[in-house]
Amino acid sequence: MSLQFLADGLVAGATIGLGAVGVTLTYSILRFANFAYGEFISWGCYLTLLLASAIGAWASASVAPIGALSIGPNVLAAGLLAMALTGLLAIGLDVLLFRRLRRKFSSITAVIASFGASMALRAALEAIFSSRPTYFSQELQIAIRVGGLRITPDQLALLGLAVLLAGALQLLLTRTNAGRSMRAVSENPTLARIVGIDVAAVIRLTWFIGGALACASGIMLGLVVQIRPTMGSELLLPLFAAAILGGIGSVPGALLGGLLVGFAEAATVQLIGAEWRAAVAFIILIAVLLLRPAGLFGQAA
Amino acid sequence: MHDFSGIIAYGSVFLTLVLINGITCLGLNLQWGQTGLFNVGVAGFVGIGAYTSALLTSAPADGRLGGYGWPIAAGCLAAMLSSGAASALVGAATLRLRSDYLAITTFGVAVTVELVLRNAEHLTGGSFGVSFIPRPFAALAERPALFGTVNLFLVAGIVVVVYLALERLVRSPWGRVLRAVREDERAAEALGKSAARFRLQAFAIGGALMGLAGALEAHLIGFIAPDNFDSALTFQIWTMLIIGGSGNNLGVLLGAFLVSTFWSITGLGVGALFPPEDQARAAALRIVAIGVLLAATIVMRPRGLLGERLSVSRHVAAPDKR
Repeated sequence: MSLQFLADGLVAGATIGLGAVGVTLTYSILRFANFAYGEFISWGCYLTLLLASAIGAWASASVAPIGALSIGPNVLAAGLLAMALTGLLAIGLDVLLFRRLRRKFSSITAVIASFGASMALRAALEAIFSSRPTYFSQELQIAIRVGGLRITPDQLALLGLAVLLAGALQLLLTRTNAGRSMRAVSENPTLARIVGIDVAAVIRLTWFIGGALACASGIMLGLVVQIRPTMGSELLLPLFAAAILGGIGSVPGALLGGLLVGFAEAATVQLIGAEWRAAVAFIILIAVLLLRPAGLFGQAA
Repeated sequence: MHDFSGIIAYGSVFLTLVLINGITCLGLNLQWGQTGLFNVGVAGFVGIGAYTSALLTSAPADGRLGGYGWPIAAGCLAAMLSSGAASALVGAATLRLRSDYLAITTFGVAVTVELVLRNAEHLTGGSFGVSFIPRPFAALAERPALFGTVNLFLVAGIVVVVYLALERLVRSPWGRVLRAVREDERAAEALGKSAARFRLQAFAIGGALMGLAGALEAHLIGFIAPDNFDSALTFQIWTMLIIGGSGNNLGVLLGAFLVSTFWSITGLGVGALFPPEDQARAAALRIVAIGVLLAATIVMRPRGLLGERLSVSRHVAAPDKR
């Protein structure tokens, strides 16, 4: 077996890991499995595409690819803007839907609502952009060889971006007051409120970060694979599997879980066939739930 | 006269499909409405049932499993067993964990079932699906109106039986324990009821009903394909349940009728109003509308149209509304 699956798995795993960090963070603080999370990924990617072409039309020089990459500065700027917008989209959905349910019902009602919202958000993308796949750039990329493995410059840059974002989030959670408040709410919301933490603000921040990470994960997916309305919902099962494998609430766990799922998927594609890739996450999920439901770094529920 | 029989044929097929979705809703209502178990993989369990019965009853075909020529009724029973067993397995793995792990796992089941239906061509025929599935009263197929009506009565009879059986179960001591577990698991456990066992039973019976619905769909349409069992089906069934009123068996049947009616009227509208190249995008708007309707119902009228009737037992009058 060729070791190429290590390179492919690393890129896929970083994409899954970044999204899984968002899932694990929102899950541990908001306390429900959000089935609309995959839609934040797709919306983030489409927003980036839209903004990139707007910026490209306004400043045509920005479309020229940077160095060996396939994309120009317009996509970078659009990506940053879209991350903020996707964060706001997540907050907006909370205001419209989840906040009203938090007051009245058990968390599982929010899961149903998120399921309805995910279908509506995905279908809206299909209605606006049609289900035809599209791409950020038509540039062809020549893979470079790193120790016998092929990897494109885009993929290398994205790996760097994933490490940067995960590191920044880890610093935010451990070194800042906002991060400490988030961890406090995740441990015990009632106690957090009693010691004077603004729980509503923490929830807004959590949605914002979750949305921004989803967008980043969507841009990675859109650059490496393709842009489709179903791209996010198809990633949802791997995200849940990675977050549960890592242990709900653990950021390093979600990253590691994402990498493991990514490697397993890439190995499956090479050994069995690409059409069975989506079953890998399910098998991992079942195995974790049977053997170690708390995950690698989670506390026993 | 010809038009009239065309309307009867169309109407009876439509109502038959409503009732088949109604059976799926009744199964989901036992899982969610009565017991509080969240199943996002409805389409997967319906699909397992549909393919089980189709493969067991159809004539042999090249390139895929099946062709055992079983009678239709035996196929339906096998479908209930296989979907029920699949539900029991999923339940056994996840019901002792936090409640949304069941949701995530059933979601995974649906994704995986769809994958198997599409790709395991030797088992399921792949994306072409299974055709020439035996249909009840096939001798009448030459006369669509009569054929449709007879089959409608057949399915209606099955729905009545399922409905009465469920109503009886709900008001039995067993049903009371389900609601007790849903409302306050600790109190139920303190009274010596094993919450896990009751949940597992309700989840398996609900899954078996979904399998029955799948088998009936296979036999009444005569053709199934993976597209019939994707997440859009799960979504429609949930919308029927929530809008009709979860916890109320009549309510979910009403929901099945209303959502199916909305679905086919808007489907006809999309076909009539939009040019062919825009139809896929316009059809997506229908899903947006239903998704918004679902979310709005949860927020504004969580009981649905007909909410759950509070009942203690067949022998005791219902308590006043809380």
